[in-house]
Amino acid sequence: MTSSPAEAGAAIRLAGLRRRFATGTVALDDVSLAVAPGEIFGIVGRSGAGKSTLIRTVNLLERPDSGTVEVLGQDMLALDDAGLRAARRGIGMVFQHFNLLSSRTVAANIAFPLEVAGLPRAERERRVAELLPLVGLAEKRDNYPAQLSGGQKQRVGIARALASRPRVLLCDEATSALDPETTADILRLIRDLRDRLDLTVLLITHEMAVVKAICDRVAVMEAGRVIEQGRVFDVFTRPQAATTRAFVAEVIGHAVPPGTVARLPEPGPGEARRLLQVLFAGPSSTRSVVSEASRRFDLDLNIVSGRIDEIGGEPFGIMALAAYGPAERIEAATGWMRGLGLDVTPLSPEAMATVQEAA
Amino acid sequence: MLTDWLHALLEPLANLIGLSPTLLDLLLEAAGETLLMVGGAALIAVVVGLPLALLLLATSPEGLAPNRAVNRPLGLVVNAVRSTPFIILMVAIVPFTRLVAGTSIGTGAATVPLAIAATAFIARLFETALREVDRGVVEAARAMGATRLQILRKVVVPEALPGLVAAVTVTLVSLVGYSAMAGAVGGGGLGDLGIRFGYQRFMPEVMATVVVVLILFVQALQSLGDWLTRRLSHR
Repeated sequence: MTSSPAEAGAAIRLAGLRRRFATGTVALDDVSLAVAPGEIFGIVGRSGAGKSTLIRTVNLLERPDSGTVEVLGQDMLALDDAGLRAARRGIGMVFQHFNLLSSRTVAANIAFPLEVAGLPRAERERRVAELLPLVGLAEKRDNYPAQLSGGQKQRVGIARALASRPRVLLCDEATSALDPETTADILRLIRDLRDRLDLTVLLITHEMAVVKAICDRVAVMEAGRVIEQGRVFDVFTRPQAATTRAFVAEVIGHAVPPGTVARLPEPGPGEARRLLQVLFAGPSSTRSVVSEASRRFDLDLNIVSGRIDEIGGEPFGIMALAAYGPAERIEAATGWMRGLGLDVTPLSPEAMATVQEAA
Repeated sequence: MLTDWLHALLEPLANLIGLSPTLLDLLLEAAGETLLMVGGAALIAVVVGLPLALLLLATSPEGLAPNRAVNRPLGLVVNAVRSTPFIILMVAIVPFTRLVAGTSIGTGAATVPLAIAATAFIARLFETALREVDRGVVEAARAMGATRLQILRKVVVPEALPGLVAAVTVTLVSLVGYSAMAGAVGGGGLGDLGIRFGYQRFMPEVMATVVVVLILFVQALQSLGDWLTRRLSHR
């Protein structure tokens, strides 16, 4: 087994995981990834991509057919039952549907993992008293889950997951059952707790917005394979696989509505019109590229749409430009922009074609 | 003591419907026998049926400890008992009853087949109630490092408690019905009184009283069970 130096100190290291269900579905097809201590690592994919199986192999709720699972340097597959239970206590898990015990109060739910671990009552109560304010639920301690909102239930789920002071937190679609505002709250809480408690977080989601909001690195899964992984900023600004591009587009959508395209002025005689998508990432995003290109190549550059955003504190911008002018000068400008490190792609040529035909 | 007090309390009512003091005594005695048979059988059914249901659940293919070799025979026995008509079960297991109760006749002896039938009955009802517990909650407990026994004791049973209580209620009500057949082995009880006096001796007032008492009895059980189920449910 080869491992790079970065992987050697990984909090979670998965290598060559394979899992085929009795139904014949291949859920994991040679999946390898390493999560560094203290990072929030996201796995994104459509339903059925295998991400749920993947996260469940980390604490062996699901056993892989082959491969290695290492958590905090511990070979999980080598453990006996008792060893596995002990290891699981060091790995917190948060679930999409919260999975709280309806028969227990908030406090008793949070105390559950401590009870299972055999802690005396006094210590359990002390720990619960610490955890309740940490997730902002101090006054709900004696309520039952049915009396809580979705966001509050997930806060209980998080407090429960953290009760036995795990170093690793697994989030299985933790915000997928919540509304956007509550999702943002919960994500902020997770990031906050990571910073304060020095946690390593592995989360799976089908929402790229979640990845954008809190992840440091991301892996994209499709049909049981990791098709792309890297720093969130890089994956967002330079997605390689088609699936990744589709995911990225959900969050930083840059499809120009056909109506907008139809309303663009027609090119003058001898002119061409090109619709371009320009992606600014890093330092060049502050340069006024559009006006400079316009001057330098004597082109009319119409900004059709645009937005500036930030991923992990790094600025990036994305805009759609309608360029008018001689075709070769548009080409030259495109090349010049690429030379500055911008990502320029012709946008929806089909849309352009239809517009031109109509004209 | 209690019977004397009840007798005094109910005598005016008995006079009203033309029930002699002797018959009232018989009625009270029969009600006591019914309570004894139903209560005793239900107690045994719960004590034996719950572990049996947990075993059936845990060893089922999707359970915590799948084991065909245990699950299949156990399920078969439970089904066999459930499908045998009670009157036949009662006489079929007479040797066993004699072994356990020392006799094959009387209230105590009638409780044995009642307990066996009720155990099989309640085991399936319990199993269904336990199966209703959200799989996600069980998975969460596994992820927290709970043992299988802890999962059953601290998750599955408490989460299913309202359903389990509802199952006990249904079983009690069914037992009241079954206990009417206990007369066949001299077990006594209200049903037996109704048959012997109301039917065989043409005393419709006895039959009517027995039926009314049984209805009130079942109503009370059902209401109590429903109330308790609601109390325990935090959904």
